[in-house]
Amino acid sequence: MITFTQNLQIIPINFYLVFCAILFCIGVTGVLIKRNALTILMSIELMINSVNLLLAAFSAYMNDPAGQIFVFFIMVVAAAEVAIGLSIIVVIYRTTGSIDIDVLNKLKW
Amino acid sequence: MTFSSYLFYFLSILAIYSAVMMLISKKPIHSVLYLTLTFFSIAGHYILLNAQFLAIVHIIVYAGAIMVLFLFTVMLLNLNTEEHSPKPVFVKLIAILTGGLLMIVFIGIFRGYDLAVFQDPALSQIGLVKNLGKVLYKEYLLPFELSSILFLTAMVGAVLLGKNEQI
Repeated sequence: MITFTQNLQIIPINFYLVFCAILFCIGVTGVLIKRNALTILMSIELMINSVNLLLAAFSAYMNDPAGQIFVFFIMVVAAAEVAIGLSIIVVIYRTTGSIDIDVLNKLKW
Repeated sequence: MTFSSYLFYFLSILAIYSAVMMLISKKPIHSVLYLTLTFFSIAGHYILLNAQFLAIVHIIVYAGAIMVLFLFTVMLLNLNTEEHSPKPVFVKLIAILTGGLLMIVFIGIFRGYDLAVFQDPALSQIGLVKNLGKVLYKEYLLPFELSSILFLTAMVGAVLLGKNEQI
């Protein structure tokens, strides 16, 4: 389908794999090192975005539109999730006066 | 090295740099702004993949709606202060170690991977609005309509949580 000389000009799919893996791991590290609930939500958004980009990359390389449709639906769900998550953070701030997640340790019991 | 690969490296380094700065910066508002920069460079990646519909939707939804919501929350709650009690250095080191180990595992998995047959993304036409619209309204019509119910539910939930009275 594609000859070798053409192949040299195209960015390999491995580059996207490594780039998205690095972004995902930065998101995981952010969830682990931060105490601020807002920053944790932002790190989760970063993880969602890295997976989205990888799905779109595979869709473009395999010439299959289903992947990009799924990315669109993931964006829809992420928008709804952020609206709910931020309103939960606002409620937590109203009740406890802080958005430090260690305040919520009573949820463990 | 072609122009598109230079662009790829530039956008990747910009995205990783601003993602790391999001974690390092102390004030939440700086984190929000760096995350917006990351989202813009990811939109550049979508354009590089010739997925123009996704690039525009990404800018509208993430940079336009979600980051404005974050900024609004930071300013409304007056949260723009440094963390009062950050986690101890020991815990931070272990967290960074965990993230690095996860990255090593991912790169080890993906190292030998290659697609046998693939299409040049610059030539593929599937990311254009015309083609994606046809697929979306023919094959994925039911999920598209169901997502509107999801949005309605999320909106009702957000309003209910935001009301300042006992439920």
